[in-house]
This record gives sequence, C-alpha cells and structure tokens, in this order.
Amino acid sequence: MLKRLRENKSFQGTLLVSPTLLWMIALLFIPLILTTIISFGTRNADGGVIYGFSFHNYVRLFGFSTDCPGGQASCFDPLYANILGRSLSLAFWTTVIVIALAYPLAYFIARAHPKRRNTFLMLVLVPLWTNFVIRVYAWMMLLREQGVINGIIGWVAARFGVQFEPLQMLYTPGAVLVGMVYEFLPFMILPIFTSLEKIDVPLYEAAADLGANPFRTFLRVTLPLSMPGVVAGTILVFIPVMGTFIVSDLLGGKQVILVGNLIQNQFLSARDPTFGSAASLILMIMTLIVTYFYTRKFGFGEEIIAV
Amino acid sequence: MNPHRRHPFIRVATILVYFFLYAPILVLVLYSFNASRTNILFAGFIPSFGALQMGGSTVVQSPCGPFHWFCELSRNREVGLAARNTLTIAFISTFISTIIGTMAALAIQRYNFRLKSFSQLSLYVPIVIPEIVMGIGILTLFSQLFGILNGAFGLEGDSRLSLGLGTVIVSHIAFSVPFVTLVVQARLQGFDKSFEEAAMDLGANELITFWRVTFPMILPGVLSGALLAFTLSLDDFVITFFTTGPGATTLPIYVYGLLRRIITPQVNALSTVWIAIVLTVVFLLQRLQSREAK
Repeated sequence: MLKRLRENKSFQGTLLVSPTLLWMIALLFIPLILTTIISFGTRNADGGVIYGFSFHNYVRLFGFSTDCPGGQASCFDPLYANILGRSLSLAFWTTVIVIALAYPLAYFIARAHPKRRNTFLMLVLVPLWTNFVIRVYAWMMLLREQGVINGIIGWVAARFGVQFEPLQMLYTPGAVLVGMVYEFLPFMILPIFTSLEKIDVPLYEAAADLGANPFRTFLRVTLPLSMPGVVAGTILVFIPVMGTFIVSDLLGGKQVILVGNLIQNQFLSARDPTFGSAASLILMIMTLIVTYFYTRKFGFGEEIIAV
Repeated sequence: MNPHRRHPFIRVATILVYFFLYAPILVLVLYSFNASRTNILFAGFIPSFGALQMGGSTVVQSPCGPFHWFCELSRNREVGLAARNTLTIAFISTFISTIIGTMAALAIQRYNFRLKSFSQLSLYVPIVIPEIVMGIGILTLFSQLFGILNGAFGLEGDSRLSLGLGTVIVSHIAFSVPFVTLVVQARLQGFDKSFEEAAMDLGANELITFWRVTFPMILPGVLSGALLAFTLSLDDFVITFFTTGPGATTLPIYVYGLLRRIITPQVNALSTVWIAIVLTVVFLLQRLQSREAK
C-alpha cells in the first residue's frame, strides 16, 4: 500500500488537492446549484420555498410585472431593470475613476528609489487594512450635513461673510460613488504597481535611444506592459462594487438601491428567497460575462494576488 | 536617463491621491478625541481634566481625560465579545486554509492528476463571482441542511444546529483558500528542483526532504498566503453577514449595526485602535522586509 502510494504520482496529487476540492464543492458548487434550483421556485405565504420550474422571477427582474394598475394582465415595470442598470453603471464609473487615480500613484511608487519604494507601498496598505466598514464610516463623518466638509466650507464662507446653506451630500448617488472609489482604490494600486515594477529599465532606455519621446514611450512601452495589472485590478474592483451593499446602504440611504441591496432585502426583510436567488444568479452571470470578455482580450496573471 | 526622474504631473497626482487616502482616516482619529457626545460637530479636544459636553450645556467630568471614548469602549462588553469572535474566526480559518491551500498549490504545481484543470478552475471561481452570491448560496445551504438534520434527529432547544461561529469559520476558509493557493503557487513556480533531488540522492526520504528542503524554501510564500488569508478574514463583511448567528457577531458586523442606528465617538475610538494596530503591523512588516533584503 505504502509502496503503491510512493509510486503513484497521480494518486498523490489527488490526495493533496482533495481537502480544497471538497471544500469548494461543498461551499461553492452545491450552494450555487441550490441557488439555481430555488430561483425557479415560488415563495409561499411565510417566506418558504415551493419548488417548481417557473421563470417568473427572471421575468419580473427584467421588468414584466403581473401586478399592474388598471387590472391589466401584464405591463412593463422597469424598477428592477433600473436597479441592474444602475449597479452596472456605478461599477463602470467606479472602475474608470479608480484606474485614473491609481495609475499615477502606482507609477510613482514603481519608479521611486528602491529604498523608499517599500515605505510608499506600506502607505497604501494602511488604508486597505483599516476595516471596510470603518472606511465607510469615515465618509459618513465627512459628508454629513453637519460633517467635516460642510463645516470647512461654512467656516470659509463665514470668513468672507457669505451666506452658506449646508450641502446635502450624504444619501446621494455621488456619495456612493465617492465611497466606492475610496473603498476599492488600494485594490487597483497594488496590481498596477506589480506589473509596472516588472518592466526593465533598459527597455525605457532603448525606447529613448530609438528616438521616442517620454509620452510615446509611455504609450507604446509602459502602458501595454502594465495591462495585466490593470486587468487584475479591474477584476478586484468591478466585481465587488457590483455586489456590495454596505456602501450604498450607509452612504446612499434609500436613494441608491443596488443589486446587492435588492438581494439582501429579499433574503432578510422581504422574505422572498426565490426572487433574491434569481437576482443573485443574474448578478453572477453579468460579472462573469464582463470578466470573460475583459480577460480574453488582455489576460491577467499573478497580479491578481498582489493585494 | 535617470529612471527615478518623474514628471511633475505624477508628483502632484501622487500627493493628491495620498491625501485622498489619508484625510478620512485623520478625521476619524481626530474625532475619537471629540469633546461632544453627539459627535456631530467637533467641539474641540477633551481637555486633560475632562470637561465633556453632554449635548446642550450639560458638562460632566471624565476620569480618563482626553481618552474618555477609549475608556467607554473598553467597558463595552459587546465590543470585547465581537473582538474575540473576530480573532477566533481569523486565526482558525487562516490556520486551516493555509494548510489545505498549500497542499493544493503543491498538487497543482507538481503533479498531474485527472481533476487538475477542474481544481484550477474552481479556485478562480470565488475570485470572479461577487461575494454576496457566495454568501446567500452558503446561507441557503446551511438553512436547508440544518432544517433537514434538526428534523431528522429531532434536535430541539440548545442542541439545534444553527448559524454561528462554526458556519462563519467554514465559510471564511472557502473564500481564503483560493488566495493562499495562488500565492504559494507563485512561489513554487521559481522553485529549483535540484535541491530536492540532491537531498534524495543523499538518502533522505520524501518526508524528510519535504520538511528539511521544500518547506523552508516555500515558507515565505506560505507566510504571505497566511497573512493574506488573515487580513481577508478580518476585513470580511458580506459573507460573515449571511453566515453569522446569535452570539457570533464580529467587529465589522457590530459596527455596521451600530452605524444604522446611531453615530457615537466610541466607533471613532474603535477605529483609532484598529488603525493603530494596522500601523504597528505594517511597520513591523516593513522592518522585517528590509532586513530580509539586506
């Protein structure tokens, strides 16, 4: 037996991977299958699930309502489709802004003197490791009607004798966008830094020798070589933004409802797990499609674990 | 051409982005010394003899001086319990996910077996699907499973299976294993096999070779995988939110619950403590790294 184990390489490999594989099957694949089954069911009066095969949750999600004014059989209600669209566009704009902010910083760190590089990098880790919920709270303090930003503007206005009405910043879509950008910025900086750091300095010298100006060098050398970092960072930013519900809950109040809030709500207060499961699967499919097309073009490597 | 020369635009952008990252944190820390109980306006620092505004014109003395909110925090039993839960979950899930993740990395990097490509694929799935999808999936699994088991064995009262520390730990392992595996795999890629072959030639068996040669060489990778798993667990909100139960509240869940009702400087004091710990750990890591580099 022991001799066979020693010689059978394939058996050894299977044995080593089996705890992880079993964990993934039990806590990833089985839950996903259950979610799929439930999404085709209907709810009973006390929030239980009646198993069946009906697409009505999906139909409802994309705007076909059976609960219509005037007694029509069906009508178009864009409520949930709007929520899906809003989540997608918020995730898109968050990612774009985060790339714009993260790239210069990552470039700065990658080109910094090796002695100081670690310090600059550690400065990115501190906000990242400060808890997610605490970071949202910081923005609640800044954006409130009597918060820090209004306080500072009010103080400046008073100095110049100008009348100032506190701005309503908390519980607006803008607050959610700022909060998302703040939450996920470090997740973009680190992968971009990792890919920029790998570029050899002689490559820049070669580009300069061949007559490229710094801008052209950036466009033709730096940018293409740093794409794996940008792609990995996008995956680490876009996907969580699509599924997060705390930021919109605490900074958006009832004004900004995202898919995450919808799903959480269906499971905890509305008590319709079938509709929540359908929304969750649609969310998953949307992120998988985006990830597929995005990585197919550029691919991502070990930058994904740069965080 | 000096490779460290940077465009002024990059410098200005860097300063602004660092300001954006740190200004909110500074405000959090500043307000944890706020003399106003309602925490709406900054009423100045608590003076050393601790005259504290209790809303309106009521003023009380604080025995802790400027650290009034930290004293309140240390007396808060819920925070203490949540901190203990958070650390218990983080330590146990890191320990298990580091071991099984390292095993999986060795298997994928070193061996050929039938389920290899399926294993690799399944390790990427948790990274590319939103956490909430996994969270509600696991919630559904546990509620169905516990429903069946409680019914089948006639479990009642305290012996009923329910969501709690155990379910949170098991779920945290599920989302951290892929990251541990990827980190260790990256380390194994540059691994020189000739050291192991030399050990075997000199008469060491597989076990001794692993412990004396392979393991020390991949240890830095294993440690950084463990560190990643630990921070992921400490920071996690979404999956914990759906898999936790009574008595298993973690710090992020506790703070979230608090923020939905009231805003108190105690949360700032908690944030300040958290940031201080993070700063210390980051500082120690940097010292460690610079020593390794020498």
